[in-house]
Order: sequence, then C-alpha cells, then structure tokens
Amino acid sequence: MLRYLTNRVVTAFVMVLLATLVIFLIANTAPGDPALAQLGDLAASNPEYVKAFRAKWGLDLPLWERYWIFLKGVAHGDFGISIMSQRPVLDDIRDFAPATIELATIAFLLSILVGIPLGILAAVKRDSWIDHVARFVSLIGVSAPTFWLAFIMLAVFYGWLEIAPGPGRVDPIALLPPKVTGMLLIDCILAGDWETLRDAAAHLVLPATVLAAATLGLITRTTRASMLESLSQDYVRVARAKGLSEWKIVLGHALPNALIPVVTLGGLAYASLLTGAVMTETVFSWPGLGRYTFRSAVAVDFPAIMAITFIVAVVYIAINFLVDMSYAFLDPRAVKR
Amino acid sequence: MTAIAIPQTVVVPASARRRWLRRYALAVAGGAVIVFWFAVALFAPVISPYNPEFVDIASRLQPPSHAHWLGTDALGRDVLSRVFYGSRISLIAGFSVVVISAVFGTVLGAIAAYARGRVEELLMRVTDLVLCFPPIILAMAIAAALGIGTTNTIIAMLIVWWPKYARLARSLVLVQRAQEYVEAAHVLGFGHGHILFRHVVPNAVGPLIVMVTLDLGNAILVFAGLSFLGLGVVPPTPEWGAMVAEGRELVQQWWVATFPGLAILSVVMGFNFVGDGIRDWLDPHARRR
Repeated sequence: MLRYLTNRVVTAFVMVLLATLVIFLIANTAPGDPALAQLGDLAASNPEYVKAFRAKWGLDLPLWERYWIFLKGVAHGDFGISIMSQRPVLDDIRDFAPATIELATIAFLLSILVGIPLGILAAVKRDSWIDHVARFVSLIGVSAPTFWLAFIMLAVFYGWLEIAPGPGRVDPIALLPPKVTGMLLIDCILAGDWETLRDAAAHLVLPATVLAAATLGLITRTTRASMLESLSQDYVRVARAKGLSEWKIVLGHALPNALIPVVTLGGLAYASLLTGAVMTETVFSWPGLGRYTFRSAVAVDFPAIMAITFIVAVVYIAINFLVDMSYAFLDPRAVKR
Repeated sequence: MTAIAIPQTVVVPASARRRWLRRYALAVAGGAVIVFWFAVALFAPVISPYNPEFVDIASRLQPPSHAHWLGTDALGRDVLSRVFYGSRISLIAGFSVVVISAVFGTVLGAIAAYARGRVEELLMRVTDLVLCFPPIILAMAIAAALGIGTTNTIIAMLIVWWPKYARLARSLVLVQRAQEYVEAAHVLGFGHGHILFRHVVPNAVGPLIVMVTLDLGNAILVFAGLSFLGLGVVPPTPEWGAMVAEGRELVQQWWVATFPGLAILSVVMGFNFVGDGIRDWLDPHARRR
C-alpha cells in the first residue's frame, strides 16, 4: 500500500511538471500575438511601440529562458501580471474563483443527491415509470446543450413565469456581507445576514440546475447500469437466499460495489463542473472563473491562460489521485493490479 | 395438425419482430433523425425558403408565421433557413473531429499495446498528459490562440480529442494480442504491421464504433458551445451555437434561440440512440440490461 501510494505521488508530481511545459509551449508557440491583441490598431502599426511592449512583458527573451522564469515564479506562487487587467494573475483568480466554486459545489451536490438515488431506484424498479423518468432525465441531461438549457430556464422561469430571479449572484440593490471567503452563502451566514442569504440562494437555483444537468444525467445512467450489474451477482443471490430484506440487499450488498464506477465519474464530474461553468456563467452573468478564463483566452493573455490551465491541471491531477486512492479503499483488488 | 402448425409459423416471427422493435425502436428513431439532418444539410439550398444571410431589417424579430415558419432574428433573417444551413457546419465539424481523432488515437493506442515496453510507456504518458487538461478550457485556449474560424476550432478540438481513443484502443488491443490467432498469424509468417492492422484491429473495432457514434453527438455539442462563445464561426455564417448566442438576450423573442437549440438537441439525441443501439447489438451481455 505504501509503495503504491509513493508511486502515485511521484507520478502525479511528474505529471504536474510536464503539464507546465505543455501549457508553456502551447501559449508561446501559438500563432496568436499578445502584442497585436492588446495594443490598439494604431499602436500595433508602430514597430517602436510593439518592441517596447514585447520588452516590457519579456516576450523578446529566448523560449527556454521564459520557461525558466515562469517555472521559478510558479514555485513561489507567482504567476506574473495579467496583461489584460494589469494585476497579479493570482489576485484575479482569487477574486473570481469563489463564485465558481460555490456554483460548482452546489451543482455537484445536486447531481449526486438526485442522481445516485434516482439511479438506484431505476435499477431496482426496472422498466417501471421511475425507470423511464430516470432515463428521460439522463437523456436530456447528456444531450441538451448547456448554454441553450440556460437560456430556456431563464426564458421560462424568469421571463415568463417570473418566479425566479434573473442573472447575477444577488439583486443589484442587495447589500453584500463583508467578504471573508468570497462565497456568498458562507459569507452571509457568517455575517448573520439572512435576507441576502435568501436572495443569493434564490439566484443559485437556476444556474446550479443547469450546470448540474449533464453530470446528473451521467451519474444517474452510470449508477443504474452499475447497480443492475451488481444486482445480478452471486453474492446478491446468496443474500436473498439468507432471507435478508430487499432494502438491506440493495443498500448493504449491491450498492457498495456498484459505487466504484460512480466514484470515478463523480470525481471527474466535479473537476469538469469547475471548468465547464463557462457556458452557464456566460448566460447567467456569473462573475466566475469560467468568464475570466474565456476573456483571457480571447485576449490571448498568456500569464492568465497559463496560470488558469496550470491550476486546473493540478486540480484535475489531484482529483484523479484522490479517485485512485478511493478505489484502493473501496476495492482492495485495485492495488494488486 | 395444420391448425396447430399455422399459428406457430405466424406467431413466432411476429413476436420476434415485436421484440426486435422494442429493443431497437429508439435506435431506429435516432437513425431517422440523423438521416433527416443529413438530407437537410445536403439539400439546404433547395429546401430553404430564404437566403440564410439575407438581411431584412423591415421584418426583424417576427414571431413564427406563414411567411417565416420559425420567425426571424434581430437582423430579419429567416430562422428556418439558418437552422437548415447550420446543420452543414455542425455535421462537418462533428464528423471531422471524431473520425480524424478516432483514426489517429486508434493507431497510436494499437501500436502502444502491440509494441509494449518503452514505446507503450512513452505513448501512453503523452496520452495521459493531454488527458489531464480539461478539454473545454484547452480547446478554448488553443482556438483563441489560433484565431477564430471553423477550421481552427476543429484543429483545437482535435488536439484535445484523440487521447480517449488511444486509451480505449490500447486496452482493446491488449486483450486481442493475447489470443491464439495472433500467434497463429506469426507462425504463418505475417509481418507485425499486417497482423496489427489486418487481424487485431478489425477484431477490436466493435467498442470503438460504439464510442465513435456516442462521441459524434458530444463533439457536435462542444463545437456548438465554442461557437456560442464566439470561437467557432465567423459571424454571418449560420451555425446553431452562434445562433443561440445571438438570441440569448431575446427572452421575449424566444424563437430566435430556441429552435437552433432544439436542432442541436435532436442531433445529439439521435447519435446517442444509435450508439446505444449498436452497443446492444454488439454486446449481448449489455442487451439484457
């Protein structure tokens, strides 16, 4: 077990290091030119300005030297200055990340708390109406474009029925609680501001549902298939023969084994929720990391793009690592392989 | 005797057909939807009532009517014609991304599994490396860096798309190469390339086809998403994702964004149904579920 663990840690570390190299190479050899993207047309036509701009941002140094500088900065937690906002990239990310983490976490909880029970019920009551509902939900979830679903939800619940608040995190006139974590729900609770809490929670309902749709679909589908598989195993037959109650069999015997693929999927889903929020954030004017990433990508803001892809890759690798660990925990056979 | 024999001969095929229909009804429906969109893409110039890029400010934002079945957008362009023409780009983008990356990924994965040792290690680490980036963000960064345009977006998607095929192909070939027929082919004196691509890969191709079909819908979704963000097509071109983006603030004029979105939904669902059907057909074990 210990050897397995160290092996995995070393691999993860090497992957992170290699990831920085890939990001760096993509960002620096891509044909887009930050000087031309940032300077206005007039300034870009003047070679003097372009040269000064390049010198200021270190774009005139050889490639390996820029990589070394980048790597040294990363080791100190310094990702450089965003060309677009003229602020340290890490400060930008710190401002935008909480909104996304809050949204993605709620969406994740939603898809787990609905998806797993729905998948179990669908497998146990196979071919009943609840199975059909589960299939329909997962089908729409996987097939509908997120950005379109977001539009439909806004059009129906905000524009037409007027029972949900519009885009944004809170009402424009609401008084924000003092910023502690940046996550509004937590900050409101800390400040004891129940009115803003209710407002913020109401604003979360639509975007979280939209963001959860795809993962909810996948989790329901996977749970159902995996439960059917484990319900047909011999140990379930044995448990039945022993005369255990049906729910004890389902929850106590079949479920733990059926959860293994769901855990993998859940881990990956959380990572993709954190990054996949771009569309949802766009439609709901959510001031999160997704919007920030998109704006940096369009402006070819190298320091920002590099920092975000790096952080996201680290999160990905970390979550994958945790998933592998939970494998070893849920199914000891995995370690031996 | 005959009175017993006749119902038997009648009943058996009928129930078999019913079972077949029950099992594959969704796949057939999905196939029909895909054939429909292919026909639309092919005959778009013939069946579109208007020029999709014809601007008519006088009749802007009109609700669905006899003249404009799906209404008009903010520039007075006919939504139905634009939806028809939009199918072309979506299908082309989806197919080129999935087919090219499936071929490339399969070749890499198959070589890795067949060669084993250092080659496998190297190829699979490269695959893992690309897989550890979230696809949308990486595609977004690459698409933005390459510049806006359909071809560039497809290239960006290709870069992030192939690794899953490499992984699947590797695991499939690993199973196949342990089979006896591979050894037999060696004994008969066939070369490695011949054995790998003429014997092993054809035997492992089933799950790959299922993945390709299910993936086509996914690729169309991602392409539409990138277009929605403004990275896919250059503006006047009709494209479903871009059309939803144009209509996303027009909550009162819901038809502008709703119909292109429904088009995406139907194509993606179609591919999902067909993919599930092929899986059931290829894998009798999954069929029972």
